[in-house]
Amino acid sequence: MKFAYYPGCTLKSYATNLESSALAVVKKLGIRVEELPKWHCCGTVFSLADDDLVHQIAPLRVLINAQKTGADKLLVICSMCYNTLKQAELLFRREPDKLRTLNLFLDDEEDYVNNVQVYHLLQVLRDYVGLEKIYYSVKKPLNNIKIAPYYGCLLVRPEEVAIDDPENPTILEDLLTVLGAEVINDPLKVECCGSYQTVNNKDIIADRTYTIIQSARSRGAEAIALDCPLCDFNLDKRQKETEKKYTDFFPMPVYYYTQLLALSLGIPESECGFDKNYVDPVKLLKEYDLI
Amino acid sequence: MKMDSPEINTTIKSELTPPVNFISVYIMGKEHKIPDGLTIMKAMEYAGYRFVRGAGCRAGFCGACATVYRMKNDYKLQTALACQTTAEDGMYLTQIPFMPANKSKYDMEHLDPASNPILHLYPEIARCVSCNLCTRSCPQDLEVMDYIQSALRGDIEEAARLSFDCIQCGLCTVRCMAEISHYHVGQLCRRIYGKYLSPTPQHLLNRLNEIETGKFDEAMEELTQAPVEELKKKYVARE
Repeated sequence: MKFAYYPGCTLKSYATNLESSALAVVKKLGIRVEELPKWHCCGTVFSLADDDLVHQIAPLRVLINAQKTGADKLLVICSMCYNTLKQAELLFRREPDKLRTLNLFLDDEEDYVNNVQVYHLLQVLRDYVGLEKIYYSVKKPLNNIKIAPYYGCLLVRPEEVAIDDPENPTILEDLLTVLGAEVINDPLKVECCGSYQTVNNKDIIADRTYTIIQSARSRGAEAIALDCPLCDFNLDKRQKETEKKYTDFFPMPVYYYTQLLALSLGIPESECGFDKNYVDPVKLLKEYDLI
Repeated sequence: MKMDSPEINTTIKSELTPPVNFISVYIMGKEHKIPDGLTIMKAMEYAGYRFVRGAGCRAGFCGACATVYRMKNDYKLQTALACQTTAEDGMYLTQIPFMPANKSKYDMEHLDPASNPILHLYPEIARCVSCNLCTRSCPQDLEVMDYIQSALRGDIEEAARLSFDCIQCGLCTVRCMAEISHYHVGQLCRRIYGKYLSPTPQHLLNRLNEIETGKFDEAMEELTQAPVEELKKKYVARE
């Protein structure tokens, strides 16, 4: 199993804990990944305007760089990059005229010929590695720690790029169950985290974080497991603002699912990158005798 | 023959000057015949243009003579340094005297390399759509888009490394559809790298310390007081 790997900006800056834990997991499970020798911004937000071809140049260039390595599968860990690149991949398959125009414009590169498929790490874990193999690879079961999975929007919307059921995804639940966690099903798991409102209006994020975390807590969750660096920023870092606004709010640790997966596979704590989490991630894990 | 007669002029010219081929260039649309083999800059001067701006060291180092041209029957706009590029038959020429590019003000003493100061000072780098026209326009053959993308993700060291040979001609900025001032961004990255990120050389610190604590004061005093003859002797006998 060999994948070209596209990291994206965030995994190299704010979310190094997501990258280090994910790559450790990938290695442990025997998936061969090779970082693209050259990569640029994915385009960040997929442009929905029909005639806005300029903003498809960035994702197209990423796909061309993957094509140049000879790989037909491109692994993406960041859900923002996954969403943008997957939507672009499908756009170029669906609309050859647009791809032709862009290929003409990018005359410093070889033509893209629709031969790269974009995969999110969770898909690779489910469809290529298999939950059964992961189950048998667990060294340190998660001791029924009560975790509420949270998806946000990018993994499941729009439907054509969804890695699971858009209304009721269970891929994280299934994974965490295999790892030995007690999964708390929360109906707000596909709600919006507030996204980029976090730049100009922290107040909105405080509201979203309060609603989402209180809902999970009311169902017995002790922590959140998520996948998206932007959701992580909003649900984890913005708990500070949430605490200021809501006196009945108490912090709750937020983990990348890769951190919990890495821990349970027996990967050293240092590679899990817990020092990058904002709300103390260690205390709860110690209570459950996991570190 | 008298020395200033037309005949002697013709004789001197025919004996001393090799035959000259003339080529056609189009300066701001107007055709001019210029001798073959001149640089773009010399060709324009031959045609009568005088450069107040858009010319500098004439040796390919200062980046003042950014030029945009196009070959007849080709749609591609090309970029170059006018002092380093030979004019060719059928060139459409003009000079770019100045680029009014955005330049942020900053205090080098108060920048935090960890918080991506580039993105704060030049937020427009987030508008990069990866079109790569900047790289294609660079007369230094730098990977301009790559250093902008490195700066965008906070990798200042890589941006400094990739932009090291920039001569600030501004052609990248002329071509950029996102209005990014690449060369100012690259300069800022190199400054931050130099001040905050590059490894501190221990031997230099040691030497500075030696100077400050007066290790060389006596020898220096001796030299400044020595007569010229002795200095000359010392100079000849130096290691």
